Amino acid sequence: MRDALRELLRNRELLYMITWREIRIRYKQSVMGLLWAILMPIIITSAGVVVRLAASHLSGKPITAADIGAIGVKALPWAFFVSALRFGTSSLTANSSLVTKIKFPRLIFPISSVLTSLFDMAIALPVILIILPFAGARLSPELLWAPVLLLIMVIFTAGLCILFSAANLFFRDIKYLVEVVLTFAIFFTPVLYDVSLAGKWRNLLLLNPIAPLLEGLNSSVGLGAPADLRWITYSAAVAIFLFWFGVVFFRRLEPRFAESV
Amino acid sequence: MSHVDDYAFRMEHVFKRFRRGDQHDSLRDLIPSLVKRAVRKDRERVLAPEEFWVLNDISFDVKKGETLGIIGHNGAGKSTMLKHLSGIMTPTRGSIEVKGRLSALIEVGAGFHPDLTGRENVFLNGVILGMTRAEVKRKFDEIVDFAGLEEFIDTPVKRYSSGMFARLGFSVAAHLEPDILVIDEVLSVGDFAFQRKGIEKMRAIANSGATVIFVSHNLQAVADFCHRGILLERGRIIEDGPVDRVIRRYLDTAASHAAQRESGPVRIVNTRIAGVRGETGMFGAGTKARVKIGLEASAAVEKVAVVIDLLDSAFHEVFNTSSERLGHAPLSLTDGQRAECEFELDLHLGAGTYYLGVYLHRYDTQREYDHVFPATSFVVTSSQDTRGAANLYPVLTHFESKGTAPGNIVQDRKSAGVGL
Repeated sequence: MRDALRELLRNRELLYMITWREIRIRYKQSVMGLLWAILMPIIITSAGVVVRLAASHLSGKPITAADIGAIGVKALPWAFFVSALRFGTSSLTANSSLVTKIKFPRLIFPISSVLTSLFDMAIALPVILIILPFAGARLSPELLWAPVLLLIMVIFTAGLCILFSAANLFFRDIKYLVEVVLTFAIFFTPVLYDVSLAGKWRNLLLLNPIAPLLEGLNSSVGLGAPADLRWITYSAAVAIFLFWFGVVFFRRLEPRFAESV
Repeated sequence: MSHVDDYAFRMEHVFKRFRRGDQHDSLRDLIPSLVKRAVRKDRERVLAPEEFWVLNDISFDVKKGETLGIIGHNGAGKSTMLKHLSGIMTPTRGSIEVKGRLSALIEVGAGFHPDLTGRENVFLNGVILGMTRAEVKRKFDEIVDFAGLEEFIDTPVKRYSSGMFARLGFSVAAHLEPDILVIDEVLSVGDFAFQRKGIEKMRAIANSGATVIFVSHNLQAVADFCHRGILLERGRIIEDGPVDRVIRRYLDTAASHAAQRESGPVRIVNTRIAGVRGETGMFGAGTKARVKIGLEASAAVEKVAVVIDLLDSAFHEVFNTSSERLGHAPLSLTDGQRAECEFELDLHLGAGTYYLGVYLHRYDTQREYDHVFPATSFVVTSSQDTRGAANLYPVLTHFESKGTAPGNIVQDRKSAGVGL
């Protein structure tokens, strides 16, 4: 594990270049350019608004600006998670010519997918920052939670990407499995709704390690309230374990990459 | 095996096991294979029926500054060897030690992205190959200049011709300044002039004290470039020593290999060279000979062109031509179809032994279908005592003293002679 991190640090220029390449290619020949980064969160937010409208129609409670702000705050990291995992899973197979021809730490590929998606999120961030004050968000010390929660999110996502990228090299159907799960995961994850909606089943939803992070982001950024420390600790523990396990698993299989790709 | 300590690279008892046929690559196939794996013991040494050793107990040292050529027929384990040299593959058993910075020029331009410009790709590729960005920046002008692509450096490489692409890739790789350089056929990229430049560059790297390991079936380049050779056969080293001895051994074993090598979609079945009067094996200088090449396709195959390559006894190329360069359209063959190709040559050659190689490739992409070297060899005899590969049929028309020289010059020469 420590070796892996040291190796990554030594190859940071390479990590930078591979990430730079991904970003450059993604934005180079597309009509929408940087708008792509904003499109996903906007679509997710719109879907959330529709869901909320339907819910408010049923319950008779009017929809508030804060509700929409909450969806926006959650949509952004969710879009990051989905895109990172999608690109990350196929990152090794997509770079097969490099994997089979040149020697360098292959951990760079899934990690650069995470960094690329992180860049997308950074592009979309100002949009959210403009919307938030209108949604009733106020500056408060609780905002300091946001970077911590995002960091846990990134570690969790990176762990999954590392795990799946290696697995997908040996079993090409992993990619489809991930696709299917990602398509429906939005129903199990409180992106478009809040966990409070589930009433006494709330804790069941929070077992999804992303749920406490999204809820925490919503309460700290949107509502100016502290995040639920116990659940956040749970998410952080899962994220760190997954990252550790992913790296160990990846390094274990790495010697066989070139002949299996 | 000498175990001196000034080695730059060392392989000790390296084994690599491969599996014939398909590997399972979907989850569905995982369960049965896991069960099988759990039942089988001692995975390290035992071969299952579908497995074989691609590398079988390979041990050698390469001294610092040495130039080593590794040759072998198709399927001898050259490319697997290459991947172990460069660290892309790890051996099933055995150890590999590398001292210093090792760079492998396995495939130039790997990692180039078609949508990025030449400039962007130089940086990307340079860092991928192990340079720092500062290093690339420092050498950037030199790299571009070497490739001769100044005007196109800000064009996306997808608009490059394959030659330009290869030149840029080679140029980046050639500026790595490694301690150990592993190269394969990359020297055969680009046009003739660029190949020359490439070889010069490699030689400069070797002369600067770098250790060079060259894996190739281009005997001429190996003979030119390396002092020591290793011959691989079925994953074993069967000869290790001075390069010319190793090449001779290779040529001795070539005939038996032509018949049993792995075949692509189309293969060379036989190659015969015969004089117009039916003579074989030995030809008089200046006579005509016909090279007859038989091909057979084992699958439908498109745009086959035939290249013949004549080398002299020092493995220098004497002559090279192809069906396409002679203006003949490539052939497309169906499964099982045979074809024949005949070149008529005037053997304007000096006396000596010559080796003929035959290559089949797809003429637009230059993808190689098959090659046999040497497909045949022959001896040229000449009634005249000339040297060199070409025979210009010299006729001595004049060799006599002319008139009488002016006295004072004769005088001068005489005095000079006395002075000495």
